[in-house]
Amino acid sequence: MPEQLVFAMEVFLNGLMAGVLYALVALGFVLIYKASGIFNFAQGVMALFAAMTLVGIQNGQIPFAPLINATLGTNAHFFGWNLPSAISLPLTVGVMILLAWAVQRFVFRHLVGQEPIILFMATIGLAYFLEGVADLMWGSEIKKLDFCLTAETCLPQGINLAIDEATYNWFGYGFFIDNLDITAAIVAVLLVGALVAFSQYTKHGRAMRAVADDHQAALSVGISLDFIWVLVWSVAGFVALVAGIMWGAKSGVQFSLSLIALKALPVLMLGGFTSIPGAIVGGLIIGVGEKLFEFAIGPMVGGATENWFAYVLALLFLVFRPQGLFGEKIIERV
Amino acid sequence: MLYREAGDFKTSYAKDNQTFPIKFDRVGYYVALIVAFLVIPFVINDYWANAILLPFLIYAIAALGLNILVGYCGQVSLGTGGFMAVGAYASYKLMTAFPDVSIFFHVILSGGVTAIVCVLFGLPSLRIKGFYLAVATLAAQFFLVWLFNRVPWFYNYSASGQINAPERTVFGIEVTGPNAEAWATYLFSLVFLVASALIARNLTRGMAGRKWMAIRDMDIAAEIIGVSPLKAKISAFAVSGFFVGISGALFFAVYLGAAEAGDSFGITKSFLVLFMIIIGGLGSIFGSFAGAAFLVLLPVVLKVVGVDWLGWPTDIVAHLQLVIVGGLIIMFLILEPHGLAQLWRVTKQKLRLWPFPH
Repeated sequence: MPEQLVFAMEVFLNGLMAGVLYALVALGFVLIYKASGIFNFAQGVMALFAAMTLVGIQNGQIPFAPLINATLGTNAHFFGWNLPSAISLPLTVGVMILLAWAVQRFVFRHLVGQEPIILFMATIGLAYFLEGVADLMWGSEIKKLDFCLTAETCLPQGINLAIDEATYNWFGYGFFIDNLDITAAIVAVLLVGALVAFSQYTKHGRAMRAVADDHQAALSVGISLDFIWVLVWSVAGFVALVAGIMWGAKSGVQFSLSLIALKALPVLMLGGFTSIPGAIVGGLIIGVGEKLFEFAIGPMVGGATENWFAYVLALLFLVFRPQGLFGEKIIERV
Repeated sequence: MLYREAGDFKTSYAKDNQTFPIKFDRVGYYVALIVAFLVIPFVINDYWANAILLPFLIYAIAALGLNILVGYCGQVSLGTGGFMAVGAYASYKLMTAFPDVSIFFHVILSGGVTAIVCVLFGLPSLRIKGFYLAVATLAAQFFLVWLFNRVPWFYNYSASGQINAPERTVFGIEVTGPNAEAWATYLFSLVFLVASALIARNLTRGMAGRKWMAIRDMDIAAEIIGVSPLKAKISAFAVSGFFVGISGALFFAVYLGAAEAGDSFGITKSFLVLFMIIIGGLGSIFGSFAGAAFLVLLPVVLKVVGVDWLGWPTDIVAHLQLVIVGGLIIMFLILEPHGLAQLWRVTKQKLRLWPFPH
């Protein structure tokens, strides 16, 4: 087999893995968009916020320590304990639920019935707000995320030796595939399965779908919109937490996490804003596409094409199919 | 009492059609012009010029441009930073390629170049709208910045990858480069701002502006009554690109002096200008000024209060600034979706009656 083709295959596989991570972020967008019609630009910052909170709780940081020290003149930074992930994870989920409630109570309850574009801009404001709060709470330096359920079972890192060996035997060239990416893919599959099961087979899941279908009809059969929206934002917060853990373990918890999440936007445009399978397929297409493009064309034009390839692909795609691959057809009336 | 419209009679069509039909507004406008042109240049110093006045003038032009696109025509754009970069790099290429031509023309030409690029990226708006379009304009943002970073022709193959503004003069007085005096750079930018504002004001109250607003309010209905969406949207993108390009050129040549696409024209710049028009008021010329002034002053005020008075570390103040800006955006969208401009309108309404209750 020619060498270039083997390399391309490795790039393809890595692209698939990256695509899974994009899809993970995109999933959160789809959930909120379906249930409330809000295009949540802050999803990426929510992932950042969740990951920072998790690390902060694990390391026993005092929230808002720099601010407190600056105003009161104290010098406190840590509580002096290190919590295992098994405790800090539920605590972080609690924080995300609290956040979901606050967002619903203080922002979007007041914006019911506004135009979608106003809601969109509100979420941009929310993104800035959350980013500032996260930095004030936990500090803005790059943090290392070690996620261990027990002392031994941590998130695996580094090259997967089994794949390396197997491919070496087949092609004479060992593929480099990160263990973390494989874990992320498995987690993503489980997460999607859980979400589908939740929305199909539970009472609240069905209520959620009803709200997504028609707000007023849902209201008239006695579903509380307020509760459902808090629920949806909580679920999106949980998805953000998972995405934050995966990205954070991969490249450290830092501001660029929220920029990576911007990549989820073209994913959504490809897949359609209202489709969970669309988010996954879109994520895979973008992941594979940008890696292959960088591999094949990148060296000719100076590299770093990953910065824009996804957006331009989505742009071109939209011109021909404005509702995305799986989106509902847009019908407009006067 | 204080703000009076009554008793202001027009005796000719020309008077009825003037830019500021109400006498109070007109007097205020002339006073503002006199102060801006004849008073400030004599009292200006380097700190005021570089920290407040120059950024305000330049961002106001960008906000005007974006407001035409977002506020008047309803096409949300997140690519302002990229388009400002086009203006900056166009002016750099023009300044270095034609050193004998006045920089005045270079800035205007850069606006023209940006208009063309902006139209190119605006073409998908004919097919897609709303936040689909907003995300599509992100493509412009990331692609353009990448282009200027990676293609050496744009920065004349300089080793650092930066562009540096050469020294250029207007009427023998330097306006770019390290030796330019504060008042000269200020006046140079002010001329562009006043011209842009006049053009924008008159465009938006004329036929073009009404077409844009019709498209914004409901595009299908507008199309049915005979507004061509193609012409309206493309013209909005072109005019907006022109102003944003001018502001990008000034930002680089007059204000920064040296620029690098990723640092100076990143996505944060796009958001900053968008926030200016949300806070200032969507679909209002005055709002563009108010928003630009507000968001230029806010960091300065925060720094003075937080760092100089309270003695907080600068990074805390920077984070606090994010919180405040984000919170303000949400507050404005909830409480006053038409921004500072609407507050000004309400004030005028109150002044009309004051001190009488009815």
